[in-house]
Amino acid sequence: MKAQTMTQQSGLTLAAPEDEPKLKREFPKWAITCLSVAFVILAWEFFGRDINPVFGSYPSAIAVAFWQLLKSGQLIAALAQSMQAFVVGYGLAVIVGVPLGLLIGRSRVLEAAFGVFITGAYAMPLVALVPLLVLWMGLGFTVKACVVFLMAVFPIVINTWLGVRAVPKTLIEVGKSFVASDFTIMRRIVLPATIPYIMAGIKLAVGRGVVAMVIAEFFTAISGLGAIIINAANSFDTARMFVPVIVLMVLATALNSFVGFVERKVAPWQSEISGRDEG
Amino acid sequence: MQEKAVSDAVGQVSLTDVSKSFTLKIEGKVQTVHALKSVNFDVKQSEIVTLIGPSGCGKTTALRILMGLETASRGRVSVGGKEVKGCGYDRGLVFQHAELLPWLSALQNVMFGLEMKGMRGAELKDTAYRYLELVGLKDAANRRPYQLSGGMKQRVGIARALAIDPEVLLMDEPFGALDAQTRESLQGELLEIQARTKKTIIFVTHDLDEAVLLADRIIVMRAGAVQEEIRVPLPRPRGDLGALRGTSQFAEARYQVWKALHALEAVH
Repeated sequence: MKAQTMTQQSGLTLAAPEDEPKLKREFPKWAITCLSVAFVILAWEFFGRDINPVFGSYPSAIAVAFWQLLKSGQLIAALAQSMQAFVVGYGLAVIVGVPLGLLIGRSRVLEAAFGVFITGAYAMPLVALVPLLVLWMGLGFTVKACVVFLMAVFPIVINTWLGVRAVPKTLIEVGKSFVASDFTIMRRIVLPATIPYIMAGIKLAVGRGVVAMVIAEFFTAISGLGAIIINAANSFDTARMFVPVIVLMVLATALNSFVGFVERKVAPWQSEISGRDEG
Repeated sequence: MQEKAVSDAVGQVSLTDVSKSFTLKIEGKVQTVHALKSVNFDVKQSEIVTLIGPSGCGKTTALRILMGLETASRGRVSVGGKEVKGCGYDRGLVFQHAELLPWLSALQNVMFGLEMKGMRGAELKDTAYRYLELVGLKDAANRRPYQLSGGMKQRVGIARALAIDPEVLLMDEPFGALDAQTRESLQGELLEIQARTKKTIIFVTHDLDEAVLLADRIIVMRAGAVQEEIRVPLPRPRGDLGALRGTSQFAEARYQVWKALHALEAVH
C-alpha cells in the first residue's frame, strides 16, 4: 500500500508538465515608479487644498505658478544662471575628485597624509563657511561654483578611495606578474575595477551639489533659482516658492539616471555581473 | 660557445638556500613566521615538477618568490641562469582562481599580457587567438569572464600566461577549485600543451593524484622545508590519464608520495 502511494506520488511529479516554470511577466519598474509618483501628487493635491496657502501649497497651484514663471522667462533665466555655476563646480569636482581618490587609495603615504582631511572635510558644515567664502570671492559666479565644488568633491573622493581599497590584491598582482608599471596598473586595472564606486560617488554628489547651489544662492542672493525661492518666501507666495524646489528635484533625479546611463555605457559588465535589470 | 651556455640555461630553475620570514601580530604578540627555511631544489628544462604538502607548508610562498611577487629573505633564486629580481616575461603565472579581468573578453584577457610585453597591432590579436585556440577556446573569444565556466576561465588563465612565451610556467593550485571531471580534462590538456611547447612547469597542488599524474618529479614540502623529492617513474607522454590511474605503476608512485605526506602527519 505504502509502495503504491510512493509510485503514485512519483508518477504525479513526472506527469505534470504544466508545472514547468512559466515565463514571469513582471510589472515594469518604470510603471511602478510612475504610479507611485502619481499617487503622491494626487494625495498632496487632495490634502494640500485644506491648508492655508501661506503654510503650504498643492500641485495644481504650483503648476499655475510654474506656468507664470515660465511665461515671464524668469524661470529659464534663473535656471541658466544656476546651472552654469552647478556644471562648473560639479564638473571640477569629478575631474579633481576621481584622480585624487585613486591616488589616495593607492598610496599609503598620501592616504595617511590627506585621508584625515578628506574625511573631516566631508562632514564640514559648509553653510557656516559660505559667508567667509563670499568675503573672499565676492557675490558672483565664482563663489557659487566654489561652494558646489566643495560640497560635491568629497563624496567623490571618498567613494573612489574606498573603491580602490576594495580592488582585490590578486588583480593587481595580475598586472605585476606582467611587469606592468604603477601607472598602467592604475589605468588598466584599478580604474575599471573601481568604476562602480566612482559612479556611486558621482551620483551622491549630484544631490549634494544641488543643495550647495541653492545655499550659495541664498547667501549671494539675487540670482538663480535660489533667488526665486528667497523672494517668493519673503512675500509668502508658497506656491511660487515650491516651483524651483520641484524643478531642482526633477533635475537631480534626471541627472542621477543620466549618470546611471553613463555607467552602463562605460561599465556594461557591472550590471551584467550583478544580474539586475536596470530598466 | 657562450650563446650555447645561455641557451642551456633556458627554462632552468634553481632555488639555493632560500628562506622567507615575516613578522605577524598574533593575539597581540609580534611573532616571526618562517615560511621557508633554507629551501633547495633545481628544475631542469622542460621538466614538470609539482610541489605538494599540507596548507601552510610554504609551497605557494616558494612559487610567489619564483614569480617575483615576493622576495626571499635569504638565498638565491634563478630562472634561466639569471637571478630573479621582480617579475619578468621569462615566467608566466597561472593564478589559483584564474583572476581574469572581468571587464575584458577572453581574447582581451589574453591580449593583456601581450600588450604589457609591448606587442601591438595585428600580431597582438593573432597571437592571442592562437593561444586561445591552443586551450580550445577559440569560439568563446568574445565572452566575458562571467559568461565562462570555472574550467574555461582557468583555460584563459593558462593561455594568458603562455601567450607571453615564458621559459617557465608557474601554476598555483590552478585546478583546485574545479569539479573532478573538468580537472581531469584540464590535466590531460596541460600535458598535451607541455608536450608541444616544451615549457618547464612548476605546479603547486595539494591533490595527491594530480601531483603524480602531472609530474616528472614531486617535491614534498613540510613546515617551510623540502621534506622529500620523489621521482615519478611513469613514462612520458603519459597518454590516457584515466587508463594510467589503473596501472600498478601509478598506484606505487601514489603510495610512495602518500607515505611521504603521512610521515609528516605522524611527526605533527
